[in-house]
Amino acid sequence: MKNTALTETHIELGAKMVPFAGYNMPVQYEGVNIEHETVRQSVGVFDVSHMGEFLIEGPNALALIQKTCSNDASKLTIGKAQYSCMPNDDGGIVDDLIIYRIKEETYLLVVNASNIEKDWNWLQSKNDVNAEMRDISEDYSLLAIQGPKAVEAMQSLSSHDLSDIKFYNFVVGDFAGIEHVIISATGYTGSGGFEIYCKNSEVKQIWDKVIEAGAKPIGLAARDTLRLEMGFCLYGNDINDTTSPIEAKLGWITKFTKEFTNSKALEEEKNRGSERKLIAFELDERGIPRQGYNIVNDEGETIGQVTSGTMSPSLGKGIGLGYVPTALSKVGTNINIQVRKKAIPATIVKLPFYKG
Amino acid sequence: MNIPADLKYTKDHEWVKIDGDVATIGITDFAQSELGDIVYVEVETVDETLDAEEVFGTVEAVKTVSDLYLPLSGEIIEFNENLEDEPEKVNTDPYGDGWMIKLKISDDTQVSDLLTADQYKDIIGG
Repeated sequence: MKNTALTETHIELGAKMVPFAGYNMPVQYEGVNIEHETVRQSVGVFDVSHMGEFLIEGPNALALIQKTCSNDASKLTIGKAQYSCMPNDDGGIVDDLIIYRIKEETYLLVVNASNIEKDWNWLQSKNDVNAEMRDISEDYSLLAIQGPKAVEAMQSLSSHDLSDIKFYNFVVGDFAGIEHVIISATGYTGSGGFEIYCKNSEVKQIWDKVIEAGAKPIGLAARDTLRLEMGFCLYGNDINDTTSPIEAKLGWITKFTKEFTNSKALEEEKNRGSERKLIAFELDERGIPRQGYNIVNDEGETIGQVTSGTMSPSLGKGIGLGYVPTALSKVGTNINIQVRKKAIPATIVKLPFYKG
Repeated sequence: MNIPADLKYTKDHEWVKIDGDVATIGITDFAQSELGDIVYVEVETVDETLDAEEVFGTVEAVKTVSDLYLPLSGEIIEFNENLEDEPEKVNTDPYGDGWMIKLKISDDTQVSDLLTADQYKDIIGG
């Protein structure tokens, strides 16, 4: 199992460590509910250095990205980031990712830890345009500083005006005494804040100063409840090699302004309508939905499966995502979640669950 | 790790307090700390008579669901309904307000099979 540059630090802080995507990662420090609350109300910091980073460079960097990714990366100017996904040839998704345009001909692709090797091989297999590719995952660390007080608490650590960095924009600049780090107004919590990309050798200093400036350490368990309250897809749960971006409601990052892997079939699916859709639901009664539980109709027939579920710390009720036939996917539709022996009534709702 | 000497224990990390023919049952401090924040305790076996080691309920933490196993055979006569609104009591007071059920013991010879505090301590490596 791999460690991040901060594994020792997490253990010293008393974190409960678990294996995640091949890394020894902190799942919680104080407790998931209090950590969740910290990010919703104040500011917390996550070590998410397990994420993968690829540099794509050269005159054909954009061509490789455009042919493999569903969003239109030609819209990216230097200093902007974009959420995207890599469709496969069979209607599914290889991975979802964030693309940063660092320089004129340099892009940074940030991918899921569990998919680093798969994504790398996939991109190489599609690289007939000879873009230069470098996997820098092992050399770089990533901290997510998240919460409504992130800007205020962290401002003293940088000479850049942090409140000036708009959502999905970034600057390369100084932070916590380190030069040339990426300060990106992105995240996976819905509570605002930044993500900081730096070298492994620099991350301890940044982590310490971020904690000193008032951020509390937050584990992966709260990361999951926070993202699920926003309805953000998690690869491996809500999207995978067999779910299409259209049925996963990722149509907004699937742009048919250009050709990309499987774009013809996906465009047909968009025009024709998917057979099933990813829905968000809240339980009407006490209970907690979990990944793999069946979604059933009032007759007890299975109509789909839960892909993510939890007890929402902010709402105090069971929430989840799952796939059902499109005809049954309208907001307001009553469904049931089979929790052990009981079918618990639930209602399809609009995202996000947590409205701030 | 808190392991009160006056209670009995099981390898499934439950504690048992014997009072005549009634046993009060909950999960140990070690169990609650391993599970993390407990968000739901479900017991729908009140008034049922079950054998030792049968599942009498489930406890859900944010990331996990765990079955609760009956340490002794008997009739479940009471569920701690305060846990419906305050499941976190299992975390904050596992041996007190976080108790889960009361059981009318049907075979008191089973009591001697339960673990002492010292034996339980050895199991969790405390």
